Amino acid sequence: MSAEYEMVVGLEVHSQLLTRTKLFCRCENRFGAPPNALTCPVCLGHPGVLPLLNEEAVRLGIRLGLAMGCSIHQRSVFDRKHYFYPDLPKGYQISQFTYPLLTGGGLTVRSGEGTREIRIHRIHLEEDAGKNMHAGIRDASHVDLNRSGVPLLEIVSEPDIRTPEEAVDYLKKLRQILRATGVSDGNMEEGSFRCDANVSLRPGGSSVFGTKVEIKNMNSFRFVHKALLFECERQAQLLDRGERVVSETRLFDSSTGRTLPMRSKEEALDYRYFPEPDLPPVVLDPKWIEEERSRLPELPHERVARLSGEFGIREEDAEVLVLEEDLSRYLEEAREALHEYAGKGGWPVEQGTPRLVNFLLSEVLREWNRKGPAILTGSLAAREISYLVALVVEERLSLNQAKDVYAVCIESLRTPREVVAEKNLSQESGEDALGRWIDDVVRENPGEVQSYREGKERLFGFLVGQVMKKSGGKANPQKVNRLLKEALSR
Amino acid sequence: MKLTKEQVLHVARLASLSLTPEEEAHFAGELSGILDYVETLNRLELPPPGLHVSEDMSEPTPLAADMPRPSIPTEEALSNAPDHSGSFFRVPRILEEGR
Repeated sequence: MSAEYEMVVGLEVHSQLLTRTKLFCRCENRFGAPPNALTCPVCLGHPGVLPLLNEEAVRLGIRLGLAMGCSIHQRSVFDRKHYFYPDLPKGYQISQFTYPLLTGGGLTVRSGEGTREIRIHRIHLEEDAGKNMHAGIRDASHVDLNRSGVPLLEIVSEPDIRTPEEAVDYLKKLRQILRATGVSDGNMEEGSFRCDANVSLRPGGSSVFGTKVEIKNMNSFRFVHKALLFECERQAQLLDRGERVVSETRLFDSSTGRTLPMRSKEEALDYRYFPEPDLPPVVLDPKWIEEERSRLPELPHERVARLSGEFGIREEDAEVLVLEEDLSRYLEEAREALHEYAGKGGWPVEQGTPRLVNFLLSEVLREWNRKGPAILTGSLAAREISYLVALVVEERLSLNQAKDVYAVCIESLRTPREVVAEKNLSQESGEDALGRWIDDVVRENPGEVQSYREGKERLFGFLVGQVMKKSGGKANPQKVNRLLKEALSR
Repeated sequence: MKLTKEQVLHVARLASLSLTPEEEAHFAGELSGILDYVETLNRLELPPPGLHVSEDMSEPTPLAADMPRPSIPTEEALSNAPDHSGSFFRVPRILEEGR
């Protein structure tokens, strides 16, 4: 893209709510049931039925509003949004238009070396549509209405986003908040977190917006990044040639990495919104807001601040550990394993945790960026990293040696244990080897052992010396002390 | 306010209705009458539509507890549809957009 253009992006996210039932009927809100097993006259859109609003959906909306600093409106109104599509049996979607549940608020995203605030325009409640299926069916489409009427929150940002990286960070943080607060499971594969983008370009320094294009069908963070880059380049080329950008909806095609226009509609869509006559306004009980406030867990940005303080790491590093769920889980598992090693080695775990976190942020993060989540499993599963870190804490390996071992493990898919043993790294003489030397020393010095057991404690030093000799000076003296004491008291 | 034939056809297309020439003329007149009446209503000073609930008017929307109730059997759900295939509703093919 030419440097003279600035990218302007606003994002719309549809997030399914973690309620037990649908928004306007008591059919189960559940993914993966057999087709059309979770329907009733209300969500099938039969004539004469009345919608009955799910209280929990309203409460989850309030909770998200509190987590994102939105204005929570005591009154909001449902409207009918009309369009014809087979997945919408009523011919309209019950949504909120003029008076949404939430407005304002925002969240902070990484932007280059700093941060930027992305404002929220509005968040409203609405019902999901059913699911159409086309693949492998000749001359027809199939419709499953299990999803019809599932509660959604639509989260609309202001056009404050300026780069694909900011867009991805915004989505990751939003998803993190939804998950942390229990509002949604944020599962992109199952479609409970879906995102559309409005993208336009304008000359740098300009304050007017260019013509925007809506992009749909970006069902992973990586695709969002790709789609925005592609669209930006496409629009820049149009503008460079003196052509104009057409306001349209385009679909992202993940197989080519391009955006393609949807079939142009013969007429501009007119949703003919009007207030839903079957639902009087939603009036919030003020005590719900306090109740939901008390249910707020530690929010992701609070967790980042805590981890940053706890481990003495930069906030942006802590953020990586909070945002990237596989790394976060890896760290938790590794911490648990580190407790075991600390117990065995007789040192306080706090001595190892910062080393573990730093190892993760330097070595593991680098390889994770390079090779993906596969490096968090198998021969380099969490407890293997703890093992390596424990060796460093116990001064049996230097930090640089540990890094070398890790690098070899990455390339050879072997465990740190194997690599350390093979390289015969000096201080690494596991309990097995130590145990053997100690047994030998005990067997070879029966007189000294006998005297020690009878009370000549100063002979202990002699015995330690014998073990150190056998190890060629490689054994960790503290460990020898402990294991030898154990052996002698048997 | 007199509606043109084009405006009537636009509304008909939005509603997926096909009209005969006689119906076009008929609805042009009828819809114009409705719009005139709405014009009259617009002259009244009223609170914003939808938002107003006061003590002496209607109740706010009632709420339901989030407790599942059994859905209807799949066969019953499909029974009113013009066509189905296995457990799915079957509809005329929707062209995949953008392809």
